[in-house]
Amino acid sequence: MIKATHLSKSFGKKVAVDNISFMVERGEVLGFLGPNAAGKSTTMRMLTGFLPPTSGTALIGGEDIVEGSLAARRKIGYLPENAPVYPDMTVLGFLDFVAEIRGFSGAEKKRTVGETIERCFLSGVRFQTINTLSKGFKQRVCFAQSILHDPEYLIMDEPTDGLDPNQKHEVRGMIREMAREKTIILSTHILEEVDAVCTRAIIIADGRIVADDTPEGLRARSPVQGAVHFTVHTGEGESLLQELQKIPSIRSLEVLGKTQSELTVRLHPKDIGAPLVNDVSARLGQEGGQVTSLFVEEGRLDDVFRAITASASKKEQE
Amino acid sequence: MSRFVRNTKSIIRRELAGYFGSPIAYVFIVIFLLLSGFFTFSVGQFYELGQADLRAFFQWHPWIYLFLIPAVAMRLWAEEKRTGTIELILTLPTTLTELILGKFLASWLFVGLALLLTFPLVLSVVYLGEPDLGAILSGYFGSVLLAGAYLSVGSMTSSLTRNQVVSFILSVVICLFLVLAGWPPVTDALSGWAPVWLVDVVAGFSFMPHFVSMERGVVDLRDLVYYVSVMLFMLFANGVILQNRKSA
Repeated sequence: MIKATHLSKSFGKKVAVDNISFMVERGEVLGFLGPNAAGKSTTMRMLTGFLPPTSGTALIGGEDIVEGSLAARRKIGYLPENAPVYPDMTVLGFLDFVAEIRGFSGAEKKRTVGETIERCFLSGVRFQTINTLSKGFKQRVCFAQSILHDPEYLIMDEPTDGLDPNQKHEVRGMIREMAREKTIILSTHILEEVDAVCTRAIIIADGRIVADDTPEGLRARSPVQGAVHFTVHTGEGESLLQELQKIPSIRSLEVLGKTQSELTVRLHPKDIGAPLVNDVSARLGQEGGQVTSLFVEEGRLDDVFRAITASASKKEQE
Repeated sequence: MSRFVRNTKSIIRRELAGYFGSPIAYVFIVIFLLLSGFFTFSVGQFYELGQADLRAFFQWHPWIYLFLIPAVAMRLWAEEKRTGTIELILTLPTTLTELILGKFLASWLFVGLALLLTFPLVLSVVYLGEPDLGAILSGYFGSVLLAGAYLSVGSMTSSLTRNQVVSFILSVVICLFLVLAGWPPVTDALSGWAPVWLVDVVAGFSFMPHFVSMERGVVDLRDLVYYVSVMLFMLFANGVILQNRKSA
């Protein structure tokens, strides 16, 4: 379990992280979301012992990050932002070095490094110097370094940054696979990633937590969540609209587009839990118009993200 | 084997591999040997002196080191900061002491190796005459200690910045001060207005008297204590600087 209590960090007068508290249990993948410079990286740097907190602290599996920094660091695997690796070392040499610092030696070291190389698909480049590798490979080498000791706690700062879509898919697959027996925190500003791997997401803006929810929960905050969106081929729009207004479970009706022959409408339900689509499709059938599309909208995370972070920074300015 | 020793050894190995994995090592060794030879034979007039000792060789070391050693030390921390690997290394389960000591010892070993490669000079002297081998040994010992002191200064300045050039210049200036502190023009400039004790203190910081006595073949405990305390102080300052860094 990772438990942060009242973590704060200031650089001079600038408050980068302001009184953040949260908890992550084993089996969870927590996503840190937020605009650039919101304090995501600073929070991770405090959790991993790179920066000392100005106040507050965190427990990593019971080890305090300030008092027991070394013990906490032993339990963590950390992938820093931009995946720094020693450019003048070979892949094998680098992983050997990390393994030694992680306390492996002899045959055990050889086996662990070998396995990690296999897992991260680095066999082909193991004797290559790191500065001859592409960005994607460097990222994978740094990723390999973070999981080498099979840590209970994995903290990753933008793990898929700079990867191509295939590599992103691969890395996400690995994270999901490991999620079962580990506690994982990752930061990202790619919202599809939250859907793809996270069980929970924390949105940070201006150093503060502004939302802490499941991806579904966040999506439910969207104004269009559960709305029915349809386009119908019809000559007489007005009568159809009046008919639709009579459906009791509708909160509001929004005409998105209207031409001579086509009408596009969005219907918001009163209660997201009660599906609207049945009533609507039945009513449309009765009216006899030709329906060209009909679907239930899902809230989009980026809308929610923008709404939440924009209102947070507005408050800040006031 | 204790954790401390094992981690420090791993770091030393990595740093040494870093030196030899880049051109720095070869450039340094070649330039150091060429300069040593040039100063000893051409400027120091080794043959003309007709003495079977290596004074002509050792007396130039404070000056050769002044420019070469900061170049060896400047990358120690600045490079980690520039490439961002400092975030990696400081979040691995290893202590700051292990890191600082490992890096410092690696650079020291490296310079020691370069110094070892001047052995043909010793062979020449032995071939030409009957030198005092004790004095030669003590000269080498003093030179190694001097190199260690320069390196500790360089390691400290390297932790101040992510720019290796800045680190280089700072460490040249500090080392130059430590070389010149006991030099008459400097002490004279001070003695005009400063109290005697201050002049003595400043002069006491100088590398030179400690180096010269070892060059003559006198190994005094006080000189040893001086070098060790310079190194410990600089490496301690190095640790304090890293501990108080604001960001990467």
